[in-house]
Amino acid sequence: MHNKVRILKRIIQYAVIFTAIAFAFFPVIWIVSASINPGGTLYGQKLIPEKSTLEHYKMLFTDKRYPFMLWLWNSLKVSVIASSITVFLCALASYAFSRFHFRGRRAGLLTLLLIQMFPVMLAFVALYLLLLWIGKYFPFMGLNTHPGLILVYLGGALGFNTWLMKGYFDTIPHDLEEAALIDGATRFQAFVRIILPLARPILTVIFILTFIGDYSEYLLASIILTGSKKYTLAVGLNLFITSDYARHWGTFAAASIVGSLPVLIIFFSLQKQIISGLTGGGVKG
Amino acid sequence: MKVITLGISNAMGLWAAMGLLQAKGWGVLAVLIAGLIGLNVALLSKKAYPLRYLLPGLIFFGLMVVYPIIYNINISFMNYGTGNILSKAQVISQFTNEYYQPEKSERFSYQIFRNKEGDLRVLLISKTSKKAYLSVGKHLEPIDLHAPSLVYEGGKLVRIGDYERMSMIQIIQNLAKIQDLTFKYNDGLVKFSSVTEFQVYKPLYHYDEKRDVLIDLKTKKVYRPIDGTFTSSDGEKLSPGFRAYVGFRNFVDILKNPQISGPFMRVFSWTFIWALLSVLATFALGLSLAILLNDNTLRFRFLYRTLLIIPYVIPGFISILIWRGLLNTNFGVINDVLQKFFSMKIPWFQDPFWAKVALLFVNLWLGFPYMMLVSLGALQSIPPELYEAARIDGAGSWQRFYSITFPLLMISLAPLLIGSFAFNFNNFTVIYLLTGGNPPIPGSQTPAGATDILISYTYKLAFGGAGAQYGYAAAISIIIFFIIGTISAINFRFTRRLEEMSENL
Repeated sequence: MHNKVRILKRIIQYAVIFTAIAFAFFPVIWIVSASINPGGTLYGQKLIPEKSTLEHYKMLFTDKRYPFMLWLWNSLKVSVIASSITVFLCALASYAFSRFHFRGRRAGLLTLLLIQMFPVMLAFVALYLLLLWIGKYFPFMGLNTHPGLILVYLGGALGFNTWLMKGYFDTIPHDLEEAALIDGATRFQAFVRIILPLARPILTVIFILTFIGDYSEYLLASIILTGSKKYTLAVGLNLFITSDYARHWGTFAAASIVGSLPVLIIFFSLQKQIISGLTGGGVKG
Repeated sequence: MKVITLGISNAMGLWAAMGLLQAKGWGVLAVLIAGLIGLNVALLSKKAYPLRYLLPGLIFFGLMVVYPIIYNINISFMNYGTGNILSKAQVISQFTNEYYQPEKSERFSYQIFRNKEGDLRVLLISKTSKKAYLSVGKHLEPIDLHAPSLVYEGGKLVRIGDYERMSMIQIIQNLAKIQDLTFKYNDGLVKFSSVTEFQVYKPLYHYDEKRDVLIDLKTKKVYRPIDGTFTSSDGEKLSPGFRAYVGFRNFVDILKNPQISGPFMRVFSWTFIWALLSVLATFALGLSLAILLNDNTLRFRFLYRTLLIIPYVIPGFISILIWRGLLNTNFGVINDVLQKFFSMKIPWFQDPFWAKVALLFVNLWLGFPYMMLVSLGALQSIPPELYEAARIDGAGSWQRFYSITFPLLMISLAPLLIGSFAFNFNNFTVIYLLTGGNPPIPGSQTPAGATDILISYTYKLAFGGAGAQYGYAAAISIIIFFIIGTISAINFRFTRRLEEMSENL
């Protein structure tokens, strides 16, 4: 009797898990199938196509109206640069907050925390007008430029990440740097040579979470980038889809898969670190 | 090293400052100068050593976080938007450059001359005073019709210097260019008015700086600037208006003006329902899966976990757009299947109710893996001894769940759930990319849709097709700021994290 209950429980357990996996993979399977289906329209798609083709993938490189590869490159460029600078700035600031005692330190940390409660993305009207205005005098970082978008992304990422990193720096013992200082290293050398290598896990997590956040960001990119050549993948794909959805489903499918790859690869190669970073309190942006 | 950094950044900073000085961008200039002074202090003073580390971040934080937030608050008290885009000075100069044709204005007969480069000169002879004028650039100069540079042939003037007289046909061919010609004349302008004559036009408005009023010179009406619009005493308004502070008008309109507050209230309540249902649904599914997976006797559980986080790992904008295709009412796979098996065709994006169902469904797909991951983490941190003790006391598995697991989980997960609520409250990407906030609310004055949440509504107000309502958009985002601020404050109370954190400072 007891055994029967246990088997029944196991069956339910498997049923739920496999249903959930099917649910999770439902759109993935359809999109993979669409990307190799020669027809290429949304209508009458079959799960297992009779013939397969790589034509849609080729279209990504050759379509002149929709430069997918350029968009992908733009996305990668903007998010890599923005997250690198974020990590750099946060590391410097959190080191100061973690190691030095100076006037205004406490107030500075609290201000950072309080201001960061308000997502700066919400001030998008002001950000737009600010860039419009900056662009009048420094055209290389105004509206419709990548430096302008990077600037905006930097603002959003500093507060929370500085806190996260400061917490990590606090756990690194002071003795190591002090030994280095006695050996004649400057404070900055000690920071670069000793603390940064030890803090690599948190630097990686912040880099990747910021990268993924910026890579997937739509709102700000859509208001700041106005020319097709400057679009990130998020803005470009949405435009592509609103104008040519049903007919170019296959091309869209191929673009989706190629566009997901960077994040998929990074995520699965560093899964453990990212998941520990997530449960530490971040929500996907 | 120090000197070089200082030199380069000072040079760059000064160059930027010059630009800003010319542009009169005082706000940003102040931030910049503060940054520059800070940099110099940081690098030159020993006491300010920590600043060397803080400054780079501080500059960005000031420029891209603090400044926009303050600017946003500023805009929320302005009428900034379509119809009130320009500054007051720009609007005044626009008005004072308007001209009208008085009834008894001086008329001129004219002849037009053209040189090889295509430059035009106009010879005007006043019909009242019979005086002759020749254009020089934008001005008119009196000319003696018997001057030697004027060449006559058969009693007709044919040339002035290099300029050949144009025939009527040539004039008509170049009419557009000729109609644009204006010449200053006394306090007015002389312009082409008909094929036979030029005429004097007078300025329509005069701006009286002392009284700060605009006077219509034709009707003598006086227009005062009221809330960013020049308005006469009988209520007539001149368009365009200009940017001006209007106090709390945007906020009052959002709450009281039925045309704006009607859709706002709908959007407002849906935003809460949306965020709440999203959190509940994703948490319910995520926690259930976490409990099923948190079972040491289950083989391949790490593989299952990895497979289940797939929705989390695909960039959101891509999976949302995929779902949009799959849910397409006419061509999508889902309706295809529903039609085959249940002969149903659901209007996913056309009907408000089904559009909401679609959104919640897609957001469940997007969000359950995160909930599963954090629940798994929390479950694993519950000490197994507790279960042992409960089992000895004879508690059943259901009882163990709600008296041990769930309360303990809530302690560590409550802040994350509140965080997730705040995140979904502003989850622009799902709403905008899946339904675009549509279907529209019928009869709404503002571009509000049935599935719009506050932030997508704000976005449409500012950047949608129906004009740029920056003032309203900024005001709504201030309201969102307050809601999110309240949620975060509750969150901190819940966890006492703020106290903990300030102790650790």
